[in-house]
Amino acid sequence: MMTNPTPRPDTPAHGSVLEVDEVVVEYPAKGWRTPPFRALHGVSLDIRAGETVGLVGESGSGKTTLGRAVLGLAPVREGRIAYAGRDISRLGARERRALSDEIQVVFQDPYTSLNPAMTVGDILTEPLLVAGVSRGAAGERIRELLDQVSLPADAAHRLPREFSGGQRQRIAIARALCRDPRLIVCDEPVSALDLSTQARVLDLFIEIQERTGVAYLFITHDLSVVRRISHRVAVMYRGEIVESGDTRAVTSQPQHPYTQRLMLAALVPDPDRQRDRREQRRGLAAAGS
Amino acid sequence: MTNPPGETTPATPSAPGALSRRGGVGRRLLRNLVAVVCLTVLALLVLATVFAPLLTSHSPTRPSLLDTFASPGAAHPLGGDSVGRDVLARLLYGGRVSLLGAFLAVAVALLIGVPTGLVSGYYRGWVDAAFSWVASLVMAAPAIMVLLVAIAAIGPDANAAMTVLGVILAPGVFRLVRASVTSVREELYVDAAHVSGLNDLRIVRRHILPVVQAPTIIQAAQMFGVAVVIQAGIEFLGLGSASEASWGAMLNEAFANLYIEPTLLVAPGVAIVVTVASVGLLANALRDTLLEGGHAAPARRLRRTKTPDSPPADSPVRDDDGDALLTVRNLRVSYPTSDGEATVVDGVSLSVRHGEVVGLVGESGSGKSQTAFSVLGLLPPEARREAEGLSFGGKDLRRLGGKAMSGLRGRRIAYVPQEPMSNLDPSFRIGSQLADPMRLHLKISAGEARKRALALLERVGIDRPERVYDAYPHQISGGMAQRVLIAGAVSCDPDLLIADEPTTALDVTVQAEVLDLLRELQRERRMGMILVTHNFGVVADICDHVLVMRSGKVVESAPVGQLFANPHHAYTRMLLASTLEDAPTRTPLDDGTPARTTVQEKA
Repeated sequence: MMTNPTPRPDTPAHGSVLEVDEVVVEYPAKGWRTPPFRALHGVSLDIRAGETVGLVGESGSGKTTLGRAVLGLAPVREGRIAYAGRDISRLGARERRALSDEIQVVFQDPYTSLNPAMTVGDILTEPLLVAGVSRGAAGERIRELLDQVSLPADAAHRLPREFSGGQRQRIAIARALCRDPRLIVCDEPVSALDLSTQARVLDLFIEIQERTGVAYLFITHDLSVVRRISHRVAVMYRGEIVESGDTRAVTSQPQHPYTQRLMLAALVPDPDRQRDRREQRRGLAAAGS
Repeated sequence: MTNPPGETTPATPSAPGALSRRGGVGRRLLRNLVAVVCLTVLALLVLATVFAPLLTSHSPTRPSLLDTFASPGAAHPLGGDSVGRDVLARLLYGGRVSLLGAFLAVAVALLIGVPTGLVSGYYRGWVDAAFSWVASLVMAAPAIMVLLVAIAAIGPDANAAMTVLGVILAPGVFRLVRASVTSVREELYVDAAHVSGLNDLRIVRRHILPVVQAPTIIQAAQMFGVAVVIQAGIEFLGLGSASEASWGAMLNEAFANLYIEPTLLVAPGVAIVVTVASVGLLANALRDTLLEGGHAAPARRLRRTKTPDSPPADSPVRDDDGDALLTVRNLRVSYPTSDGEATVVDGVSLSVRHGEVVGLVGESGSGKSQTAFSVLGLLPPEARREAEGLSFGGKDLRRLGGKAMSGLRGRRIAYVPQEPMSNLDPSFRIGSQLADPMRLHLKISAGEARKRALALLERVGIDRPERVYDAYPHQISGGMAQRVLIAGAVSCDPDLLIADEPTTALDVTVQAEVLDLLRELQRERRMGMILVTHNFGVVADICDHVLVMRSGKVVESAPVGQLFANPHHAYTRMLLASTLEDAPTRTPLDDGTPARTTVQEKA
């Protein structure tokens, strides 16, 4: 299935924050002696410090599973996930907790990723207190974080439901940032947002990356989002990475048939160009059938 | 509807009441009159039994032949019983046994049920299997039999019996807690807590216990009432300790002397009824208070509007355009709120011709869906719809009653929703969901409807129509479900199709195919179409004319080419600038130039 052999030879291993090597994830199936469901069939990619790697694919392609495997929330059956050279694919609970300084997450749904019963201040303080930061220092850090994500300082005293979707996603970003991580797994963080909000939240992600040098594994189904934020992109299809490389190369000259279909199916906000793209897509479909 | 569009100005006004609501449950409970009364009654009962020696100088157990069946009076406020014991003293001291027994049962049930439920729901796996198996076993055993056998084995000890009752009640608590934990541990914020490095104990305490708390407290209150009654029942049967006073024992004694002194039943009877009723009502009030706050209001169900908009008698419905299929002039939709009225659609005018696709585009809360639902007559009953003109195919929609409107809907105005899966009934086969409306609207036979439904399924690009016809909704994919709904929408050959974000829930490749299908069907049948969307790519792909909406108003209305080439309104320009299509692509990083310390240094 691989058109490009692998993306790794052209990226030096010493700068990698994250290396994913032939990872297989299987979920046990319901029922006795039913074979387990294999969500990832040997997936490899790597992310360097300060870099964004976009992971695109349709629903069920396994892109979210890969993100969860990196976070230690999905069972890695085979293969290896290494953070800064150290294998983290089968860590014990205590070692995994220690990694929370390094790897963080922003989820898709800003409505369910924040505990509705806790104030924004409590949501942001919690990870700091766990890390042994004093209450006073934590309060200081929260003011700083809220400022970084352009939320007012009094937001700390309010509940998540008093904020709009875009503002909640800013809270989730602040929570991910509060331990100063080296890698953030972003699982469709802007797909629930309005168009103009989406553009501003993406700008925030980029601004934070340029300032702090954090790396992103950016999972999305939206090609225009990937083009905006990613340095490199990997395309997933049915639990495998079918193509990967520099964003511009993959999005302008896709090699794999699935990537080509995906690119042509994306809509252009311009009637004339969209008509051309549509004709092209139908031409490809007619040729394929 | 939920997001205010002003995301750039995060300083939303914070109402004083909108501040942290921690500790608010107690205060809210005190605002509930029933809860206050019940709490007071229960508190008085408990205090009275605790301070029994202060309230009466009599002993509850010392017989006095002189006072046999004594009438209520100065010496004995509630009289004497068959052996001359003071009824008030027995009531007060007996309350200790009854209330303590019930408390014991509830405490045991919670002590067993809550921890096992937490562990079972949180860790699942074999622990869960084992606990659930034991719980089912206990639940399957007949409770009264177990209780009687236990009493026979242990002897007449009220507290031991109540402990056994607690064990019998525990599986109920276990199941409740386990179910609450199972639902909350799937929440993303619990995953986020894991990633934040919280250990299991802390996650349970901070994120899971608060959710489990409310239903458990309510169940505990209900169990308390049950325990009081069962306790009284055991004592009434004479299975309790004979040397101690209790409400059940008093009932037993009163029952034996029913023909001599029936009033003896009153005191223990009233005590039990008052206790159980107070606890039950308190449980209700607790449920209302604990479950109302902290969670988002349930989504409003859309129902047929009662069309409160009888038009002014002499309003001329004029069609600017002779070919117009639908004309809407100056439409307003508003909802009553606590302070007056919120207008969600404010002066919208539009017209749709045969064979024309009109796009309504805007961000959430712009009123685009509300406009579409107004035309369909599907606003919630509390909505107020007003319009200077609302005509479809020469008919004034404002004058149509509910019945005429539902005759029009489905038949001449069809609807394609955003969420295909939630718009198919999971308990019916797809075929019947397609064929039944056709039989109703077109008055055709079942065989004919089936034939047409299969032809339609084939038309919307479904490979094996028979298989899908006989399938249930959960057996097909989201893209296929949307095709089925489109087939249903065009089944009665409508003149106007209203599609509300028809491709938003679909994958990119499926979205393109569904748009192709909509375009083909619309051209083939010369349907008018209103397409509600937030996606300018969808607009560019399929629309002929576009209305850009913001806060209920149309800010710009233009043919599609003109809108993209030469947008007039600043808001339209801002939205178009937000599309990422032509945003700069990021270039690959140069080798090894991390902006800050390298990973190795930190690790």
